[in-house]
Amino acid sequence: MFAYYFDLALRSLKRNPALTTLMVIAIGFGVAASMITYSVFRAVSGDPIPDKSARLFTPQIDSWGPGQNLQGEPPSALNYVDAMALMRAHIAKRQTLLYPVSLPVLPGGNRSLPVKANGYAVGGDFFPMFEVPLLYGSGWNVAQDEARASVVVLGEEFNRKQFGGANSVGREINIGGHDYRIVGVTRHWNPVPRFYELFGSSGFEQPADFYLPFTRALDLRIDTAGNNSCRGTIKISGWDDWLHSNCVWIEPWVELDSANDVARYRSFLEAYSADQQRSGRFAWAPNVRLRNVTQWLEYMKVVPPESRISLLVSVGFLVICLVNTVGLLLAKFMRRAGEIGVRRALGASRREIYLQFLMEAATVGLLGGVLGLLLTAAGISGVGLLFRPEIARLAHVDLVLVAMTLGVAVAATVVAAFYPTWRAAQVQPAWHLKTN
Amino acid sequence: MHVQPILAALRRHKAGTVLIALQIALTLAIVCNALFIIHQRLAHLSEPTGIDEANLFVIESQWAGDLSNQQVDSQIQSDLAALRQLPGVSDAAPSNSYPLRGGGWDDFIMMTPEQKEKTTDASVYLSDEHLLDTLGVKLIAGRNFRPDEIEPMGVREDKMPSVAIVTKALADKLYPDGSALGKTFYSMSPRPITIIGIIERLQRQEVDTWSRDYVYQDMLWPRRLDTQWGTYYIVRAKPGQLAAAMRESRKALIAQNRMRIIDPDDGVLSFAEIRHRAYDSDRGMAILMGIICAVLLVITGAGIVGLTSFWVGQRRKQIGIRRALGATRHDILGYFLAENLLIGLAGVLIGIVLAVAINLWMIMHVEMARLPLWYVLASVVALLLLGQGAALAPALRASRVSPVVATRTV
Repeated sequence: MFAYYFDLALRSLKRNPALTTLMVIAIGFGVAASMITYSVFRAVSGDPIPDKSARLFTPQIDSWGPGQNLQGEPPSALNYVDAMALMRAHIAKRQTLLYPVSLPVLPGGNRSLPVKANGYAVGGDFFPMFEVPLLYGSGWNVAQDEARASVVVLGEEFNRKQFGGANSVGREINIGGHDYRIVGVTRHWNPVPRFYELFGSSGFEQPADFYLPFTRALDLRIDTAGNNSCRGTIKISGWDDWLHSNCVWIEPWVELDSANDVARYRSFLEAYSADQQRSGRFAWAPNVRLRNVTQWLEYMKVVPPESRISLLVSVGFLVICLVNTVGLLLAKFMRRAGEIGVRRALGASRREIYLQFLMEAATVGLLGGVLGLLLTAAGISGVGLLFRPEIARLAHVDLVLVAMTLGVAVAATVVAAFYPTWRAAQVQPAWHLKTN
Repeated sequence: MHVQPILAALRRHKAGTVLIALQIALTLAIVCNALFIIHQRLAHLSEPTGIDEANLFVIESQWAGDLSNQQVDSQIQSDLAALRQLPGVSDAAPSNSYPLRGGGWDDFIMMTPEQKEKTTDASVYLSDEHLLDTLGVKLIAGRNFRPDEIEPMGVREDKMPSVAIVTKALADKLYPDGSALGKTFYSMSPRPITIIGIIERLQRQEVDTWSRDYVYQDMLWPRRLDTQWGTYYIVRAKPGQLAAAMRESRKALIAQNRMRIIDPDDGVLSFAEIRHRAYDSDRGMAILMGIICAVLLVITGAGIVGLTSFWVGQRRKQIGIRRALGATRHDILGYFLAENLLIGLAGVLIGIVLAVAINLWMIMHVEMARLPLWYVLASVVALLLLGQGAALAPALRASRVSPVVATRTV
């Protein structure tokens, strides 16, 4: 039965090639525009750590006060004094501070020129907290944090560049003029967006090259490669002045497993801020936030406005293409009122008319989907023209996208065909047999 | 032309009428907003930087190893001497940043040291007396830095300058009466800074939305910034020698000292490339919106052709009767064009409401300005013309239906 209707559909479509082509092109372009922009949108709006995004939190403390803070919101990072206080209190199961660093790696092996490497200064809890997959070795532990050990964990890509991908655990590497012992190498790990470091970065960078202990980085006075934001009149001369200034640059993360833990941490933050107010360090009431990964991505507006606008406009475009298709299908089906009359008179039920015409619409949808797929593939390879390179490289065609393209094309066309098909099924056989 | 019979006929084709009107309405709403986005983005990316972009390039040199501030400062001075000697180079200056870099150092500006709320915000460029000549910016009041005012400064050293050159935009913001030269301001410090020179125009380091309120507001400090990390060299090539100067500079710096990192891909960037990178998302949006507008107009036009042709085919007999009863070809043509105009008018009325609604939604959710009225009016005219153009061919075909058709039964 389906084969027969499919054959009828093809014949009918061949009868009006111009109309058919127009419908196929409309659907193809509509679906392709939506899919291209969707492929970018799904990459930038995805959950970077699905099984833990509700359990990882970043505490914020208002150390700037009314008039200096971000329109009532506390700064998006911590200053050194508050960051260290949170670590010392150790209220959470796991906790880490972090900041980005950019350092030269000195010549060695077969390289004669130094290269630049980007990494993070982190606590030992960083690795289990963020479920960093390890290829060789392991992260470091809290004791090594406290001992301010000269250890480092390399990223898989960086290990490949430096050591040809071999197990480099136990070897030494000179980063920024200091030697570190390699204790681990991660597997490829690049959560997108990079939720843990959004202070002064878009969240869409290449994988990090290395991770070294926060405590060691401070000892070596390694500067942040990220944002450093200060308020008011500042008098800084030297590293220690800076550490004790109101400049924020450290991102804190804690793991809290239950609602109880979250409530406890929140009241700890309130109490800490209240203490600071009592001691005269803050001249304002406690103003703290505790956002989890999902809330943090939302608050930091990680999804670029361009991605949102282009997806919206593309979906609007698809809707117009569908309205267009409804009109054209209506014209096409109603032109065949005579044929429908004859089929009905010869015993075809309304149901069979429905099937025949929906099948025809689905065929148009499928052709549109195939065109859409070609256009999507072409569009994604040219997406670098439309988005910033670090965002464009996230867009890719996979099976899900292929299935979605075809599925959306067929489903949308069939939905668009409901009204024209209903009109076709309403044709009165007697009336048409009489006049023709 | 009587509207009554057209309305009567449309009442018999409700679905088709509604579909065309709806399509015109949606197309108007999208095209109108898309054109406005294109206009905004193009206006943004064609803002002048105020510098001699055609001959400028920037070198990013990172140090390898753990150098002291003194070592860094003497390296910067020898690098500059080497660069300025190159045959293709007209001048060179050190800097912490450059226009359109995408971010960097900016300070809040206060008029008194006690002031809590900022007066405004300015980009900070640290360089020497060669910067004005290198960038090719015009000094419109006061003087350039003297060589003896230039001092080295570490990242956290308390060595704020007591003089600065500011842009006209910043000078006018601080002293709207035009008396800025010789006056002072405070840059997050208890010590005042005196304005010794005013330059005509210089773009900020970033062109993001947040900095729109502070556009073109910069200050130049007579300081060489020495950091563990590295430095930028802004270099102006002699006219027509940009490519050669870029090659020579990289070689000259490596020859100066190999223990540095100049990224093979983006360590040396021409200003054309910097501009391209700074505005890539603006350009991308404009391209995408342009493609969507063009395809949308074609599809809507083709849809109108399709439906109008269908109506003409359906009404051949009625057309024949009208012709037999004395209607001229002109009357038939006018009838179908008027019908299209009526549907189009209904469509654009709904479309205007939709366009404004979409614009208001975008203002609330994704930083967007208010849609100017003339955009809506221009789009209305464009869509009505598109409708008339699309209906013309089927209407002409209708006008050629022979009166004899009336006498046939089929």
